[in-house]
Amino acid sequence: MSNTEFKPVLLGRVGRPNSQTLESYRADGGYQALAKALSMANTDVIEVVKSSGLRGRGGAGFPTGLKWTFLPKDVNGPIYLCINGDESEPGTFNNRVLIEEDPHQVLEGIVISSFATRATTAYFYLRYEYGRCYRVLKKAIDEMYANNLLGKNILGSNYSLDIHLHRGACAYICGEETGLIESLEGKRAWPRIKPPFPAIEGAFRRPTVVNNVETMACIPHILQKGPEWFMSMGVAKDPNNPRDAGSYGPKLYCISGHVNKPGLVELPMGISARDLIDKHAGGVWKGRKAKAVVPGGISMGFMTEKELDTPLDFNGPGRVGCLGLGTAAVIVIDDQTSMVDVLYNACRFFAHESCGQCTPCREGTAWSTKILERIRAGHGKLSDIDLLLEISNSIGTIPGSTICGLADGAAWPIKTAINKFRPEFEEYITSGRKSESRLLAGAH
Amino acid sequence: MSELSPNAKKVIEDHIGRYPSKQAVTLPALHVVQEETGCVSNKAMKEIADILGLSPAQIHDTMSFYGFFRTEEDPVGKVRVWICRSLPCMLRGGEELLAELCERWGIQPGGTTADGQITLELAECLGACDGAPCMLLNDELSLRVDADEVEKQARGNG
Repeated sequence: MSNTEFKPVLLGRVGRPNSQTLESYRADGGYQALAKALSMANTDVIEVVKSSGLRGRGGAGFPTGLKWTFLPKDVNGPIYLCINGDESEPGTFNNRVLIEEDPHQVLEGIVISSFATRATTAYFYLRYEYGRCYRVLKKAIDEMYANNLLGKNILGSNYSLDIHLHRGACAYICGEETGLIESLEGKRAWPRIKPPFPAIEGAFRRPTVVNNVETMACIPHILQKGPEWFMSMGVAKDPNNPRDAGSYGPKLYCISGHVNKPGLVELPMGISARDLIDKHAGGVWKGRKAKAVVPGGISMGFMTEKELDTPLDFNGPGRVGCLGLGTAAVIVIDDQTSMVDVLYNACRFFAHESCGQCTPCREGTAWSTKILERIRAGHGKLSDIDLLLEISNSIGTIPGSTICGLADGAAWPIKTAINKFRPEFEEYITSGRKSESRLLAGAH
Repeated sequence: MSELSPNAKKVIEDHIGRYPSKQAVTLPALHVVQEETGCVSNKAMKEIADILGLSPAQIHDTMSFYGFFRTEEDPVGKVRVWICRSLPCMLRGGEELLAELCERWGIQPGGTTADGQITLELAECLGACDGAPCMLLNDELSLRVDADEVEKQARGNG
């Protein structure tokens, strides 16, 4: 199927009048997938999701159905589903649009997923900044309770579920699933050492599944249209690579930065960054060219202009040295922008958002920011470039020095910026130039 | 005299049944107090701890982790304006916008205007990159803003 023929699925109802109301959602066939799921055995629902090839949309791309099967078979006591609505990866806003415009699509996915995983309570962890989302969800959840879509004996079945909204407090680390769980429990959001994984010991030390908002939005469609429909889109798994789980289904791509039309686009997974920018975002602004492009949120690092034909599926960005597809949030940086300024911005973000638990991350993110501050103040040394690289190679779960992946995300912008744009850093330092951007005293 | 308002107490009590542990009500409790009083005072912290069966140190430990909550020495003004400085906003003037507001209002990020009206905050990605530069006013996002628009909304609110 070519991209021009693609009819949005997840964004299909966005922009319609009253798209948030239960009445309009039902008029468009909403909650039929839930009725269907409730008539099935919960293990059969898991099987459908598993066979669709759906992989989590939050950044790591872990197969959703497989994650659900990690829950213990025999459980006495509650199982929890936590929805990760702490979307905070720079460049990412797809969950915001999904919730604001079509909350019932997400909520239907949550009820089906809770049924599949035998969860009796779902906690929707929503970042504080999404106040409008909070109010839209609250109203939608009230509608559900009033219409037997939540609470006791949903749609006459013997399945009961409560959904509680839980607001965060402006901390990026709460998007890490065990950080989210700690935050939900009322503690500082320090990620846990794994194992045990949440499926065994999660929220309130109970078996728990943590799923992303866009992942939830896919679920009703998979139930209604079948796994084959989902697998008819995207990039098939590599038959020569047994570890490749493929990149199936529709995907929301966020496009921001130096393009003419920033926005949210839904396409079958696997469009190239170049087509996304040129055909769906109006091209690079001001008639300029792209210098660098972030493929999936700043943690993933940078692609060069020459690498823009890379398909944005789960494997593509990794083949050009990026960390992965991440959140599929594409940020375009034009050829008039300094990569030193861009990298400084990225490092400052991670220094601000490191939770401070692991020393390599806390110190590594802070020092990489300070080194770039020095370079931008005109006092950089050429040896600073290798020092930055050394820091980036020493922090994260890949070298094994931290508990969670935040530091891997902090390392990748450094590695890719320096490996791909090293002459620009050298020129900046040897010229003794200072940053033209206005530095704020006291702004940390 | 109780530091927590009757509404705050009710919100906290209402939340207790939603979680298997009372400690999980910490963030909802901090939020309602912060919203009502612009800060979380030491006395409020102690009263929250009493209701939730925790030590005030546990409340403080959680509260101080999230830069969001303010102590009684440092309350926020009538409105709180967050300007995003992360990469997508930086590429479209977010840092210049923040600097302009600092100059205009004579404050640094984190500070409050002398009349107590506006607290200006720097934000990391607000999740509105399609409308960069963006701002958050209390908890409502506004996309594609300039300094005049921010000023207008901040003065017209609260």
